Amino acid sequence: MKASRRPLLVAGLAIASAAALSLVGCSGGGGGSNSSSGGNDRGPITYVQGKDNNNVIRPLIDKWNTAHPKEKVTLKEQSDNADQQHDDLVQHFQAKDSGYDVVSVDVVWTAEFAAKGWLQPLTGSYKLDTSKLLPATVNSATYNNTLYAAPFATDGGILYYRSDLVKTPPATWDDMMKDCDIAKANNMDCYAGQFADYEGLTVNVAEAINTNGGTVVGKDGKTPTLDTSDAKAGLQRLVDAFKDGNIPQAALTYQEEQGRQSFEAGKLLFMRNWPYVYSLATTDGSSVVKDKFAVAPLPGVGSGAGASSLGGHNIAVSQFSKHKATAVDFMKFMESDDSQKYLVVKASNAPVIASLYSDPDLNKQLPYLSTLKKSLDSAVPRPVSPFYPAITKAVADDSFAALKGTESVDQALSDMQKAIKTAGSGS
Amino acid sequence: MSATVIGAARGSDAPPPSEKRGGLQRAQRLRNRNALLLIIPTLVLLAIVIGYPIVSAIITSFQKDAGLDPATGFFVQGGFAGFSNFTHWLLQRCPTGDGGTTSCPPGNLGAQFWNSTFTTFFFTVATVVLETVIGFWMAIVMNRAFSGRALVRTAILVPWAIPTAVTAKLWVFMFSVAGIVNALFNSHILWTSDDWPSRFAIIIIDVWKTTPFMALLILAGLQLIPGEVYEAARVDGASTWKTFWTVTLPLVRPALLVAVLFRVLDALRMYDLPAIFGGGNATATWSILVVEQLRQGPNSASALSTIVFVFIFLIAYIFVRFLGANVVQTTQAQQKGELK
Repeated sequence: MKASRRPLLVAGLAIASAAALSLVGCSGGGGGSNSSSGGNDRGPITYVQGKDNNNVIRPLIDKWNTAHPKEKVTLKEQSDNADQQHDDLVQHFQAKDSGYDVVSVDVVWTAEFAAKGWLQPLTGSYKLDTSKLLPATVNSATYNNTLYAAPFATDGGILYYRSDLVKTPPATWDDMMKDCDIAKANNMDCYAGQFADYEGLTVNVAEAINTNGGTVVGKDGKTPTLDTSDAKAGLQRLVDAFKDGNIPQAALTYQEEQGRQSFEAGKLLFMRNWPYVYSLATTDGSSVVKDKFAVAPLPGVGSGAGASSLGGHNIAVSQFSKHKATAVDFMKFMESDDSQKYLVVKASNAPVIASLYSDPDLNKQLPYLSTLKKSLDSAVPRPVSPFYPAITKAVADDSFAALKGTESVDQALSDMQKAIKTAGSGS
Repeated sequence: MSATVIGAARGSDAPPPSEKRGGLQRAQRLRNRNALLLIIPTLVLLAIVIGYPIVSAIITSFQKDAGLDPATGFFVQGGFAGFSNFTHWLLQRCPTGDGGTTSCPPGNLGAQFWNSTFTTFFFTVATVVLETVIGFWMAIVMNRAFSGRALVRTAILVPWAIPTAVTAKLWVFMFSVAGIVNALFNSHILWTSDDWPSRFAIIIIDVWKTTPFMALLILAGLQLIPGEVYEAARVDGASTWKTFWTVTLPLVRPALLVAVLFRVLDALRMYDLPAIFGGGNATATWSILVVEQLRQGPNSASALSTIVFVFIFLIAYIFVRFLGANVVQTTQAQQKGELK
C-alpha cells in the first residue's frame, strides 16, 4: 500500500509544483467581423483610460454630464502601466463587453485593435471632421485607409541643447556632429537619445530612418522596407556616432529618465527627448541647467527637417458599444477646441488641433510649443501595423546589436527585414 | 498530509484483535470511502485551478494564431496548426508567408527560445548554488548562541522582506553607468545593457534578495539536530570539518533538499527581477518570453508555455524522484516524531 503510494505522491508533488509555476497562455485571438450594430443609439456610456493623474478628465466629463443629463459619461480608470492598459482593453474586447464604450488607445495599438474588428470605423453617420487636425496624428489613427479613432493627445521628440554653450541649435545632423567638439572641450558627452533595448529605441531608430527618407514598413503596415539605401544611411548615422564617441557608450543603457538625469546634471550637450522633460529640467532641484538650455526641432539631413516619431493617444468607440451615437458625440466633445485648450493648459497635453500651437497665451505658458509644432509638422507615426509588437521587437533588438557593434548595419537591417516579414505571415 | 492521516489511523484507531476479519475489511472499506468523499472537493478544486488551464493551453497550442486577410485588412482565425507552434520554438522555424518555413531571424521571438532556456538554467544553477552555500553559512552563524542573535536573525531577513520590484529598481540605480557600483570599482561597465554584466547583476541581486530565505529554512533544519549528537562527536574526537560532513550535513539534508527544491522551481519561473532590471535579451528568461509572446500571438504563447510546463515538470519530477524521495519519507518520519 505504502510503497505503491509513494511514486504517485512524488508525481503529484511534481505536477503540482510545475503547474503552479509554469505560465499558462490564455486562449483568444481576434475574429475580425466588421458588423456595425445599433443605429443612432443614445444613452449613458463609459469612457476608459489610464489614471487621470492631473485630474483634468473628471472636470471635462462633469461639464459634458451637466449638458447631457440623459447621456451621462462614467470614467473608468485603468492602471498607470501601458502594458496593463493594453491587456485590460484586449480582455474586455475579447469578451465583447458593451461596458467599454469609448476607450483611450495608445497610437501604436490603434491598428491592432482596428484589424481585430474591435473599433467602430468613423465613417458614414459617425464621420469625424479631421481638417483642423495635425496630419500625422490623423495618420496614426488611420488603418487600411479608414479612420478608426480620433486623435486626442499627441507627442513628438524635440532636441534639448545647452544654450550657454551652443549659440544656434544645429539644423542638421552633420552640424550637430560638428558641435561635438564643444562637448569634448567641456569634458561632457555630446548627444544621447533613448538607446536601451526597448520601445524607445524603436522610436529613435525610426526617427533616424525616416529623417533620411526611408521607412520601416510599407503602406500595408506589414511589408518591411528596410532594404533601401535611405534606411541604411539612417541607421548608419547612429552607428557611426557611437563609433566616434559622439554618442557615449553609456547611452546604450539610456531610457527617457537616464538621459534626462544626465542632461540635468550638465553632462550632456544635446539630447533627444519628449516635451515632458522641459518643465522638469527647469524646476528640478538637482538640475544644474535650469536657465542654460533651450529646445529646437530634431536635426534633419541635408535640407530636410528631422522626422520625429509620434507618441500620444487616440480615442476610439468600441464596436460592442450599445450607445454609439452618444459615444461619437462625446469623442467630438473631447476633440473640440475648448477641451483641447483646457487639456494643454491644465496638463500640458500636446493638442492635436494645429491652430492651438500659434495661440499666444499658450506659448507664453509653454515656451516649447512652437518648437514642438515644427517637430510635429514633419512627424511620422511609428509603423501603423496590427503586428506592431513584433515589428518593434525586431527593430529594437536588431538595431541594438548594430549600435553595440556586434552586428554590421547590413546584417542588422537584413535581420530586421526578415523578422518583420515572418511577423506579418503568421506566428 | 495524507501520510499523517494514514499514520494516525494505524496508530490509534486500530481495531481490537478480537474483531472478526470480515468486520475489519468492512471498516477499512468504510474508512476508505469516507476518505474519498472528504477529498473530492479538493480534487474538484485542483481539476479546476490546475487541470483546466493546462488542458486549455494544450488545446490552443495546436491552433494557428490569427492571420491577416489581405483583402479586408482584418484578422481571421488561423485554424489547426499541427505541431507548427512547437517546431516554431523547439526547432526555431518561422513561416515565410508562402507556406514554407525558414529558420527564425534574430529579432523574432522564436529565435530566442534556446537562448532564454540557457539564461533560465544559468540563473537557476548559479543562484541556487550560491544561495545554498551562503545560506548554509548564515544559518550556522545564526544557530550559534551569542548575544544579539535575535537582532541578527531579524536583520538578515530584511532583503527578503523587500518586494522584488523595489529591489530591482533599487539595484538599477546602483548598477547604472554613473551609479555606485561603477564608482566603487572605477569602472564603466554597462550593467543594464551588456550581456554578461547584466546576467551577473541579476545573479548578484537575486542572491542578495533570496539567501536569507534559504538561510531561514536551513536554520530550521539545524535546530532539529539534538545537541547530544554533537556532544558524542566531540567525545569521539571528531574535527570541526568531520563533524560538519558526517553529522550536520546528513541530518540537515531533508530540510536542505526542500529548500533547494523550492528555490530551483522559483528560479525557473523568474520574471519580475529581469523584467524590471532590464538587460534585454541577455536576461530574458522563459517567463519573460511567454509574456512577450502573449502580446504577439496567444496560441504560440500557449505552445511555449506548454513546452515550459513540460520542462519544469520533468525537472521537478527528477528532483523529487531521485533526490527528494527521501524528502517525502523523512517528512513522514518527522511528523511521527521518530527522527532518524
